[in-house]
Amino acid sequence: MSARFETHDFDVLVIGAGGAGLRAAIEASAAGARTGVVCKSLLGKAHTVMAEGGVAAALGHVDPKDSWKVHFRDTMLGGKMLNHWRMAQLHAQEAPERVRELERWGAVFDRTADGRILQRNFGGHSAPRLAHVGDRTGLEMIRTLQDHGVHQGFEVFMECTVSRLFTEGGRVVGAFAYRRENGRFIVFRAKSIVLACGGVGKSFKITSNSWEYTGDGHALAYEAGAELVDMEFVQFHPTGMVWPPGVMGILVTEAVRGEGGLLRNSKGERFMEKYDPKRMELSTRDMVARAIYTEVKEGRGSPHGGAFLDISHKPADWVKKKLPSMYHQFMDLADVDITKGPMEVGPTTHYMMGGVRVDPDTGESTVPGLYAAGESSGGMHGANRLGGNSLSDLLVFGCRAGQGAADGAKTRSGQATIDAGQIERAERAMLAPFERADGPSPYDVHARLQETMQSLVGIFRVDEDLQKALREIARLREETARVRVTGSREFNPGWHLAIDLEAMLLCSEAIARSALVRRESRGAHSRLDYPKTEPEFGTKNTFVKKDGQAMAVGQSPLPEMPAELRAIVDAELEAVKV
Amino acid sequence: MTEAVFHVFRGDAKGGSLQPYKVQVEEGMVVLDAIHRIQAQDAPDLAVRWNCKAAKCGSCSAEVNGKPSLMCKTRLDALPLDQPVVVKPIRSFPVIRDLVTDVQWNYEVNKKIPPFTPKKDAPWRWMQEDIDRVQEFRKCIECFLCQNVCHVIREHGVKSGFAGPRFFVRVASVEMHPMDDLNRTALLKDEMGIGYCNITKCCTEVCPEDIHITDNAIIPLKERVVDDHYDPVRKIFRLLSGKKSS
Ligand SMILES: Cc1cc2nc3c(=O)[nH]c(=O)nc-3n(C[C@H](O)[C@H](O)[C@H](O)COP(=O)(O)OP(=O)(O)OC[C@H]3O[C@@H](n4cnc5c(N)ncnc54)[C@H](O)[C@@H]3O)c2cc1C
Ligand code: SF4
Ligand code: SF4
Ligand code: FES
Repeated sequence: MSARFETHDFDVLVIGAGGAGLRAAIEASAAGARTGVVCKSLLGKAHTVMAEGGVAAALGHVDPKDSWKVHFRDTMLGGKMLNHWRMAQLHAQEAPERVRELERWGAVFDRTADGRILQRNFGGHSAPRLAHVGDRTGLEMIRTLQDHGVHQGFEVFMECTVSRLFTEGGRVVGAFAYRRENGRFIVFRAKSIVLACGGVGKSFKITSNSWEYTGDGHALAYEAGAELVDMEFVQFHPTGMVWPPGVMGILVTEAVRGEGGLLRNSKGERFMEKYDPKRMELSTRDMVARAIYTEVKEGRGSPHGGAFLDISHKPADWVKKKLPSMYHQFMDLADVDITKGPMEVGPTTHYMMGGVRVDPDTGESTVPGLYAAGESSGGMHGANRLGGNSLSDLLVFGCRAGQGAADGAKTRSGQATIDAGQIERAERAMLAPFERADGPSPYDVHARLQETMQSLVGIFRVDEDLQKALREIARLREETARVRVTGSREFNPGWHLAIDLEAMLLCSEAIARSALVRRESRGAHSRLDYPKTEPEFGTKNTFVKKDGQAMAVGQSPLPEMPAELRAIVDAELEAVKV
Repeated sequence: MTEAVFHVFRGDAKGGSLQPYKVQVEEGMVVLDAIHRIQAQDAPDLAVRWNCKAAKCGSCSAEVNGKPSLMCKTRLDALPLDQPVVVKPIRSFPVIRDLVTDVQWNYEVNKKIPPFTPKKDAPWRWMQEDIDRVQEFRKCIECFLCQNVCHVIREHGVKSGFAGPRFFVRVASVEMHPMDDLNRTALLKDEMGIGYCNITKCCTEVCPEDIHITDNAIIPLKERVVDDHYDPVRKIFRLLSGKKSS
């Protein structure tokens, strides 16, 4: 072990302090594991804080006929049956208890008239199911976990970024990180590691995601030898802001539609009638995003290239109470009063369905000792995630991964020694960008990657574009190997971006390669050259895995669903919702 | 397209100065957009915190033309662009680099607050009107702008034992929760120094979440402290009735 670096030993190291990471850390600590948490931002600023609409759980407070079975069925159908059935089952069964537990830890959800947790409608959910706090549910959730968590005895390393995982004999044994504040390095030794790093949206130009969403968790797992599944499925949320330019992509919560918001085109038509007449505005996100895109493409868009979303037919006070942050967001940033007129909205890159392949019960990846939860993991949402199913996913599988990681750690007698060569390589990779006398700027490379992914690997895909994107990614990778950063190691965003680029490129490649082999359209993945949903592809998941220096793409058969669950999905809604 | 000049603080704990940068202004742009352009074009190492870009995470606090603000919420068209826009880090906390300050102290204070402690065997039911008050406090995004403007923190520093408005809001959010069973008035009085606050309301004025920090959190908490620690009759009454003051 190198004495040159600050070194810490943990039974469980959790990378990420969003909903999944904090929930995992709470569980691991409760199981008696010495636990550390690392995060890139300050505590409480992870993406989870931005979630708006709600957390899905079949509590049955508004519709007593709701049950885990209905939630399971909705989730599988929304995911076009590619979800791992066991994850969808555990999720639907355990979400209610995880939400009630949050309440016991101090969360204050909006109430029904009889004093219970209120639930609202969301697309694809066949009952009002989302527990919420106005349109700031994520803030409520992360603050609850944070304030409960700080008393559970785990150690937090804020503004600290993990750049590499260490392995020994095929097992994960530690991590290399740097403190953003002063650029100094840390070596973590851990018996188990949980990845809860969130998503990948920053590879796209128009996105609701923050600078943190560079796919670090996906990339760390891949480099350690883990499999990533379903990477072709990137969720484009139908309603992001389209104007003014500076706010393009910022999310407009689906709760607007959940609370009765109407979508119209420039001719004043409620165009969802053409695409999904039964569910209209409450159709699933993939459908609505494609519908808006098509309306704009065919010349029926709003002045700034979107659609109109209108909630102004509801009483102004009610809108301000139900959607306070949307009201302020449009008032402050776009000079639009949503109680008086429509918003302009269009698709924005939002959520990564694909991620680290995990064992549903324990969260363990295909690499021993490495676990994943939340947006970094894959399988739960299949080809398309339903709104509200992420916050519940974080709680259910964060909890399970924390427990799984703690159990795994117990089977290990002590910390493994980390090979000095691996540490040295990790250090060198970090410092290389400072040593180059000349080279491209990381900001330029990033901008070009975003342009590439946005235009070639977006909502509609074709073979030729995907091939072109892969060539461009290869070129950008060469440039990344030459990027130069200037300035010091203290809180240097240019340096951080240079490091993040590698993960972004890796995820971009995984998305494009997976998209290439899925020669059909399903859920969030639409191929103009293969517009139909093909039964043949409904039986397999795509996965990627590191093979030498190359990325291998494979297809694995869907895990077989037990007959009693299959019966739930095959039955009519009325037969399940009783 | 117009051009604006920004004077941005560059430096660290040892000192620094305002540096000029030119930025092309587009419709609807906010100060944070301008900072990002400066990073991409002129100063790749310009340090700044941000996450949501939508006034939801409280990361991007700074002083813009002397006014404590969220940079992602401050529109350029609301500023006089015929003069330079001055962007400095918030003042109450030590600078780490450029616009980034060391706010660690706040996280230490937070740890001292005993968590929400529910009553035993109570039904988990309450009415919306019972929680409206608490939900207001729970809107806090921890931007620390209130901490930044509070004169007690500015004058006496963070080591004075004064917790600051953010943490009075935080205590209020658990103390006034209808199911909470703990009393935190001794903590407020002794460790958090609520008595030092002389209700200047500067904190309330800057809160981007429009939380009525002084009227709804601090004043009622001060009343509870007085009841419990300076008014024996009301204290006994409360002990007998088994209620925290309302
Ligand atoms: C605007 C918006 C609104 C949304 N609304 C909803 C909603 O209403 N309902 C819903 O269910 N879902 C919603 N979602 C989706 C949901 O919020 C996210 O999917 C979810 O919060 C992700 O949680 P997480 O715990 O996986 O990751 P995050 O909360 O993003 O946390 C990731 C953590 O990992 C850390 N990290 C990342 N890389 C590294 C590294 N290399 N080293 C160290 N730490 C690292 C980060 O710092 C962070 O702490 C919304 C998303 C957005 C963007
Ligand atoms: S009202 Fe009290 S807490 Fe708020 S700024 Fe004034 S002295 Fe500080
Ligand atoms: S109370 Fe208001 S000003 Fe203070 S930290 Fe919270 S949101 Fe910011
Ligand atoms: S970036 Fe989140 S509040 Fe400004």
